[in-house]
Amino acid sequence: MAVSEPPGERAPVVTMRGVSKWFGSFQVLRAIDLDVHRAERIVVCGPSGSGKSTLIRCLNQLEAHQDGTITVDGVELRPDLPGIEAVRREIGMVFQRFNLFPHLTALENCMLAPMKVRGLSRAAAEEAARTYLARVRIPEQAHKYPVQLSGGQQQRVAIARSLCMNPKIMLFDEPTSALDPEMVGEVLDVMVELAESGMTMVVVTHEMGFARRVADRVVFMDQGEIVEVAPPAAFFDHPRNERTRRFLSQILPAGLPETN
Amino acid sequence: MRTLSEGDILFILLAVRWTLLLSLIAFLGGAVGGLAVALARTGEIRALRLLARGYITVFQGTPLLMQLFLAFFVPSIFGINVDPWTAAALGLSLHASAFLGEIWRGSIETVPHGQTEAATALGLRYWPRMALVVVPQAVRIAIPPTIGFLVQLIKATSLASIIGFVELTRAAQIINNATFRPFTLFGLVALVYFVICWPLSAYSRRIERKLTLASR
Repeated sequence: MAVSEPPGERAPVVTMRGVSKWFGSFQVLRAIDLDVHRAERIVVCGPSGSGKSTLIRCLNQLEAHQDGTITVDGVELRPDLPGIEAVRREIGMVFQRFNLFPHLTALENCMLAPMKVRGLSRAAAEEAARTYLARVRIPEQAHKYPVQLSGGQQQRVAIARSLCMNPKIMLFDEPTSALDPEMVGEVLDVMVELAESGMTMVVVTHEMGFARRVADRVVFMDQGEIVEVAPPAAFFDHPRNERTRRFLSQILPAGLPETN
Repeated sequence: MRTLSEGDILFILLAVRWTLLLSLIAFLGGAVGGLAVALARTGEIRALRLLARGYITVFQGTPLLMQLFLAFFVPSIFGINVDPWTAAALGLSLHASAFLGEIWRGSIETVPHGQTEAATALGLRYWPRMALVVVPQAVRIAIPPTIGFLVQLIKATSLASIIGFVELTRAAQIINNATFRPFTLFGLVALVYFVICWPLSAYSRRIERKLTLASR
């Protein structure tokens, strides 16, 4: 199951083999196998409680897995790994609720980790921060505090904040789920641009239009398992598994995948 | 018995400096200890969490006066002679550590967990994460109850008079023993405490109102 052939002969950035995790007696991840290759864009979808957020949270060990192996950028992740921070700083993460630091301006949010983790000078960190704030199209908001920004703007600052660390891979945990509908587009646009720039991305989302347009592979999870992995065309037009078909019929109102 | 003189009043008023100094030392000691207790209580090491919790339970569950007695008498059992100064400073600091620790634990826990997660995901280790992300947010919430506790602490220094520490209350007692003018003397003492404490309480209320408005 699960591991489908990667496009081309690119080295995997992430390798998951037989990864399992329990919350108490409840198994959230069941023997997950997944490779993410360099510059690959993976969209993970599935019903709520299917374990998709837990899966990406294991990749930077915000959650510890209990069985199996996860290798990121050549380093095998264990909960007690002494240099786990060194792995984490290569992995950007964007959260559903943005999680910007409210006591810092947009610019300072972007400068904090490059200065304190990467040891950049203030000037260098500010230059990078301004570059990425421009890239997410809010250079003029640099000196505002998070409360002064709309949800869409906050999420774009959060993306810029992650990019300032020059990550090798970006994880997105339902980045548009907490947004008002009219702000979803501006965040997805930034993510599409990021994908086109060649960033390796793992995106948990229900935005199927985004999946169809950007994903190299779509991963469907249900009850802690990877049920189906396929390129978007095959995934949406010819889902093989019954559970995938049922999920798609619920999430795409007409029972038909949207085209764009 | 002799009559109350201006020198007596001056003696009492000058004793305020010992009240203030003792309050300051206890507050600083309590701040250091309280920070340690709060971090231990919210940290990831189970043994430290339990230890801090036990510490808080014991000090919140016993009278300050007993704590001061113990601070004064226990060291002498081990052959260490402590003067009232040291005993009072030590006892009040330990007392303040427990209360400030609990106040600050609460403040740290009001900072959403997503903040810690975002900082962790950016590769920040525990200390920079706490110092740069969590504590600056917790401080805002902690200021009003911390000042409130400082007021309690200033008033509580009067208990140090019982182990022979001459501060404001003890000074008035000494003069009263010679002049027997309790109403005047202790009224004066109460007024002095009030003049010190009331502005602090008022300031704390003002900050609290500001924070409530800001959080709307």
